[in-house]
Amino acid sequence: MGHLTYLSLLVGCLVVTAPLELLLGVRVYARWRRLLLAVVPEFVVFVGWVLYAIAAGHWDYSASRTLDVRLPGGIPVEEVLFFLVVPVCAVLALEAVRKVTGWDAGYPVPPDDGAGSIAASASERAADRRAESGR
Amino acid sequence: MTYSQVAVVVLVAVLVVDLVVLRTRMVTRPVFWVAYAIVIVFQLLMNGVLTGLDVVTYDPDAIWGPRIAYAPVEDLLFGFALVVLTLASWAAVNRRANTARRRGLDTRTRRSSTR
Repeated sequence: MGHLTYLSLLVGCLVVTAPLELLLGVRVYARWRRLLLAVVPEFVVFVGWVLYAIAAGHWDYSASRTLDVRLPGGIPVEEVLFFLVVPVCAVLALEAVRKVTGWDAGYPVPPDDGAGSIAASASERAADRRAESGR
Repeated sequence: MTYSQVAVVVLVAVLVVDLVVLRTRMVTRPVFWVAYAIVIVFQLLMNGVLTGLDVVTYDPDAIWGPRIAYAPVEDLLFGFALVVLTLASWAAVNRRANTARRRGLDTRTRRSSTR
């Protein structure tokens, strides 16, 4: 696949995880503002790490298996996209597991999350109802 | 610093963020570990292609040496730290947003009932 090797992998990640949003209804892309906000620390830390690693010569990228478009600091454009695509996939995985199992992830379930939920969850909805009636 | 050393430092820092700074405690939750188990399968696949096809190549002096699916073991620390930091931030953002939203609903209810 030559120059498109790395980019194809990233597109593959988005395609493989898309059904979690489209069919399972995890509402991750639907909460895109929160998603952007949540990705910021990871993006800053890991792009910083990569820039350091490139400068220190820890690793290097193939010119023939990437688009060979280097941004300032010598970071390939695919590597920058990696730190947007991979965290989104991780969030999709977490939300999918949370939705299917109903297990606590440490934050209250938004009110509009209950509608299409699979197991999310009888107990969570009961807690919501208690909170509502206690108001 | 070598890749190995940076990986350990970042991993420790990310665990401190999750457990102490944000107190999201992702690494203590079953929901996180099941999600990570899914993520690591895809990481090994993707990393295997990236390193197996030499899309990324490593300085032998910067890594410990052992490899899993072509990739240096440090990549597992790298990936784990990335997932923990992302999901802790996601939990923190949602915790704040959902709590604020509930407070907002409460406030509106109270205000209208006094009118």
